[in-house]
Amino acid sequence: MNFELKVWRQDGPASKGRLESYRVEGIDGDMSFLEMLDVANEQLADQGIRPIEFDYDCREGICGSCSLVIDGVPHGPRKGTTTCQTYMRHYEDGQTIVIEPWRARAFPIVRDLVVDRSALDRIVEAGGYISVKAGSGPDANAIAVTKQDAEIAFDAAQCIGCGACVAACPNSSAMLFVGAKAAHFAHLPQGQPERLKRAVMMVDAQDEEGFGSCGNHYQCEAVCPKEISVSYIAELNADYLKAAVTTDQLATLPPKLDMEE
Amino acid sequence: MIPDARIPSGPLSEKWTRCRADLSLVAPANRRKYRLIVVGSGLAGASAAASLAELGYEVDCFCFQDSPRRAHSVAAQGGINAAKNYQNDGDSIERLFHDTIKGGDYRSREANVWRLAEVSNEIIDQAVAQGVPFAREYGGLLENRSFGGAQVSRTFYARGQTGQQLLLGCYGALERQIAAGRVRMFTRTEMLDLVVVDGVARGIITRNLVTGEIERFGGAAVVLATGGYTNAYYLSTNAAGSNVTATWRAHRRGALMANPCFTQIHPTCIPPSGEHQQKLTLMSESLRNDGRIWVPKAAGEERPAAEIPREERDYYLERMYPAYGNLGPRDIASRAAKRVCDEGRGVGALGRGVYLDFEDAILEQGRQTIEDRYGNLFDMYERITGEDPWKVPMRIFPAPHYAMGGLWVDYHLMSNIPGLFVIGEANFSDHGANRLGASALMQGLADGYFIAPLTVGHYLAEVRPDKADIDSPEFAETEAEVRAGIEKLLATKGSRSVESFHRELGQILWDECGMSRTAEGLAGAVESVRKLRAAWTEDVRVTGEAEEFNRSLERAGRVADFLEFGELMCRDALTRDESCGVHFRQEYQTPEGEAQRDDEAFAHVAVWEWQGPDAEPIRHREELDFEYEKPSSRSYK
Repeated sequence: MNFELKVWRQDGPASKGRLESYRVEGIDGDMSFLEMLDVANEQLADQGIRPIEFDYDCREGICGSCSLVIDGVPHGPRKGTTTCQTYMRHYEDGQTIVIEPWRARAFPIVRDLVVDRSALDRIVEAGGYISVKAGSGPDANAIAVTKQDAEIAFDAAQCIGCGACVAACPNSSAMLFVGAKAAHFAHLPQGQPERLKRAVMMVDAQDEEGFGSCGNHYQCEAVCPKEISVSYIAELNADYLKAAVTTDQLATLPPKLDMEE
Repeated sequence: MIPDARIPSGPLSEKWTRCRADLSLVAPANRRKYRLIVVGSGLAGASAAASLAELGYEVDCFCFQDSPRRAHSVAAQGGINAAKNYQNDGDSIERLFHDTIKGGDYRSREANVWRLAEVSNEIIDQAVAQGVPFAREYGGLLENRSFGGAQVSRTFYARGQTGQQLLLGCYGALERQIAAGRVRMFTRTEMLDLVVVDGVARGIITRNLVTGEIERFGGAAVVLATGGYTNAYYLSTNAAGSNVTATWRAHRRGALMANPCFTQIHPTCIPPSGEHQQKLTLMSESLRNDGRIWVPKAAGEERPAAEIPREERDYYLERMYPAYGNLGPRDIASRAAKRVCDEGRGVGALGRGVYLDFEDAILEQGRQTIEDRYGNLFDMYERITGEDPWKVPMRIFPAPHYAMGGLWVDYHLMSNIPGLFVIGEANFSDHGANRLGASALMQGLADGYFIAPLTVGHYLAEVRPDKADIDSPEFAETEAEVRAGIEKLLATKGSRSVESFHRELGQILWDECGMSRTAEGLAGAVESVRKLRAAWTEDVRVTGEAEEFNRSLERAGRVADFLEFGELMCRDALTRDESCGVHFRQEYQTPEGEAQRDDEAFAHVAVWEWQGPDAEPIRHREELDFEYEKPSSRSYK
């Protein structure tokens, strides 16, 4: 198969970007979308054109590196599927495919299709963990967790941190990412002591990083490669609200985080 | 040449306890005076960086990915072993030790393996406390399954994403220490060399993968947690970025490399579909718990699976290994698959595949049960192959997956270069000639949470290293060599792509240093790799500039190292005149075609010393003593 690619090219964060058109030839339906781009890059190299830069690593849908907006949709057309597991058999020979990076104020472009997603790490840094030192946990079976809670926690914990939710959101909100992380711990007994503090710290961090607020568009859930539910955002909002009216939780927060909202 | 392995004296079961009691300590107030370097942020690296920081050390942690959460540990599917005996099925530290030693075909150190089994229980406690959502039973307690060649149920798992969930636990711990200001995290930063000053590891040279800037980092000790090297085969289950560069460059600076030919070929991967393919996808071998593996009895069979009657199918693992059936160890399952395919009975377009069939499991247990257990794996298979495994049996084929070999370390996980520690898959220590399923996660976390944080402290307390001086001549010289290497790659301006060299190297290694090896083939492979390396020097095409975001250059540096390392893999396989574990030399097999060990001549670790790019390396031996576990024939019949 052959394709017409329209690809976002941008040398660096401060440069101007533009869509460039390239033709890629000899593509097999069993190639993944990223393998198609590998072939395109070999063909560009033969023409002396700088390769298209894009992020990838595991190429099996779990590391969360790949991050392409394909024909306007983060991770492309297949539901619950990352770009690296999208196969060219789903495309028509001769089709034009538009490839763009994640676009959000909090994700500056590094080069071409590569963006800086370190803002997501900083949200986790703000409280996306249970504070436990190595060696200090009790016996693993000391605290029972209902099967149902363990399943819900797992569903939320599946987030791969790719940022597609942000790229899809008209407000560039990271609330699905934050909600998933918070819900992972909120559904486990081990996560209770820091639960409300965590909600506040992470939501405030996402605001400070320049992500927008959730406007209930649900685009995030639609593109999430792990099909994480927006209901976690509602749970997070409830915890955030609860923190605002629960004084003993406020006492544990640093002074700058008084609950204006 | 090989330093003492510092294995504590006394009975096996007391060695780690004694070692811990004897370790020197750094006073809490003094710990912040030491800056430590941790390279890699997978299970081993992230857990070590976080745990060292929790103790009060200042840590610099590096990863080449854009976030520490993306290290390839994230892709481990099946589970993590521990000797908890929660299932009351007779498991114990002793039994986990025994299984690991036997699984490794008596080519690992007893003391290390015992410690691994001992520490395994603490890992599960730690992970649960961090909120790792392991599978649970209805009573709320942890569920276990039997996995990859074990006769007890000791594997803890989080659906098919155990590695991801454990890594997120470490990553959370790491982020917590970053927030506390004790870890400085350097993402998109690749270690390109080790700096050795007066024979001691004192720092690293890195390249910032965004700007191309070359930087020096000094520390009181360097911990490498940079994973395995099976991308030497080009096609493997590893992530595209997984590489041998950090350990290989340390090797070139004097660190010894042990057992590099011990590379595990995983039996349950999705078969390759064509030339273009860049990686192979593994499917959890937990699938073997319920799936039955078969090929047609007749070579050249062309009917689709459903039309082949049962009596014309060969369930070859059940036939050859009745006691373990489809659950035998990885090396045995992989080699059996290769054998039936070599006989012309392979299935699929390229004849490189065997069926993994759930028909009977669905009939016996119902579709819902199978869907609960493997639903996500069935979906993944369908996504990749375009075939529906509910209708036609899956096709699987072996693929390179894990490196048991790696840098040599002593019982403290320190290499022969004082101050250089190596943990996780990057070292050679615990799995001998074959790793059991669900043991990689166990080892990475044992090293990172519970061993290295103590033994690194001991080193600091004993040596009291002063502050590393990054303006010293050694740092300057090492940096200059790194820069020269990059310039040379860019200056070649040849006509062949980096990928084409890597693909060719991979083919040589797969053919001659893969599942089945011969002296003749390996000797030829050493020459072929050398020729390929000569061609690389003349003709490689690396595009772009040094001081920019340049993936072509990144990959070129890694492939250059694989081209040197691949030769050592072949030499190691060539000089080990026996078959053991994954290392199957055709000359050494029993009449039934099973691996034949030679304990007289080869009950040792092969330890290689670098002599220069075109000189023959020196092969040293660390003899293995089996006080406790008498080597026996590794029968799974």
